[in-house]
Amino acid sequence: MSKKVLRTLLPLAFWLLLWELAAGLVGQEFVLPGPGRVFAVFLELAGQETFWRTVFLSLARMVGGILMGTLLGVILAVLGQVSPWLEGLFAPAIQVVRAVPVASFILLVLLWVERNWVPVAVSALMVLPVVWAAVRQGLSAADPQLLELARCYRMSRWKTVRLVYLPALAPAFSTGLATAMGLAWKSGVAAEVLCTPKVGLGTEIYGARQALESPELFAWTLAVVALSLLMERLVRRMLRKGGAV
Amino acid sequence: MIGLQNVTAGYGERRVLNNTTLTLAERGITVLTGPSGEGKTTVLRLLAGLERPWSGAVYPAQRPAVLFQENRLFPQRTVAQHLTDVLPSQRWGEVSRWLALADLVGEEETLPMELSGGMARRLALVRALALGGDCLFLDEPFTGIDRERREVYLKLLARWPVPVLLITHDPAETIGAAKGISL
Repeated sequence: MSKKVLRTLLPLAFWLLLWELAAGLVGQEFVLPGPGRVFAVFLELAGQETFWRTVFLSLARMVGGILMGTLLGVILAVLGQVSPWLEGLFAPAIQVVRAVPVASFILLVLLWVERNWVPVAVSALMVLPVVWAAVRQGLSAADPQLLELARCYRMSRWKTVRLVYLPALAPAFSTGLATAMGLAWKSGVAAEVLCTPKVGLGTEIYGARQALESPELFAWTLAVVALSLLMERLVRRMLRKGGAV
Repeated sequence: MIGLQNVTAGYGERRVLNNTTLTLAERGITVLTGPSGEGKTTVLRLLAGLERPWSGAVYPAQRPAVLFQENRLFPQRTVAQHLTDVLPSQRWGEVSRWLALADLVGEEETLPMELSGGMARRLALVRALALGGDCLFLDEPFTGIDRERREVYLKLLARWPVPVLLITHDPAETIGAAKGISL
């Protein structure tokens, strides 16, 4: 077995063992189920069609929220770069969005939109300030000497964006997007728990909690963690392929 | 006419040029020489329209091709892409000719960070030549370029179809090739 595989597997085995030991010590499944039981429930759930329908709907909500938040964050950051007035207009509002607690947002948004859309809106609001800050940081990292050269060489605005701004933007954007996606999953699922749309991972987590079905609660949480990590890896790979990182 | 008339200019509180007047030769190379900090680069930036004077009149180039003191290459663009970036697509067939002039044939796919100092300077110089324009401004163009190649470029620049302003702190670099102005 290669060193790299061992470096990944050993810590995983350590934590699983610790979890098993802790579950054994507690001795009550509804307080802390062991990993074996959780994985068994997970596999059982994964064999049902409703599991995949739930995963798909929650995934669609998160992807929608991430796309909306990213798009808005990029647009507002670019507009702010073009005009200091717009920057002055957006900056305080985005600072407020960043500071408002997720739970307040969820309950407020629930007043404004239909419960199925709350997770989308909440994850978008969580993603927006992170992407906005990352894009601003990237834009301000653009090399002024290269910008002057592009102007002096009469390069078009699009070429200047492609040759100077995008390469400067890529590292900060990629890190920001990875952070934002983690936040989107956390806040989106929290919104599903609080708003309980008809179908959703959060709704299932809430239902399992109400029924004191802890292994099921852990299994649904495992699904959320796996989806969040998978999505982050996929996006990182896409960005790397596109030359962004 | 490209030149300065009674120009005073500087940066912040620091005055760099004081009542300076000069005119570029309409053809061939005008060499601007003098010790560091005497305002040679400021003259170039004024004539290229990149700075404004405190007072006096500037008659700038309309479409200057500038080789800056720094190479200003794009870190993620290959050698060949640096040329296609400044040439219109109908002139992309010329890339091999410009690469030969830069002595970079075979380095088409190389990135700037993989080039030696001299290679990077040659690429920056040839990119400015390929850009074209109504005037060519070269700031210390031969840094890191060996003497033989320097001679080749000087001969070429002496026949260049638009005025050339060449800035150097070492007038020996351009002996015999140009009309000189000292600051």
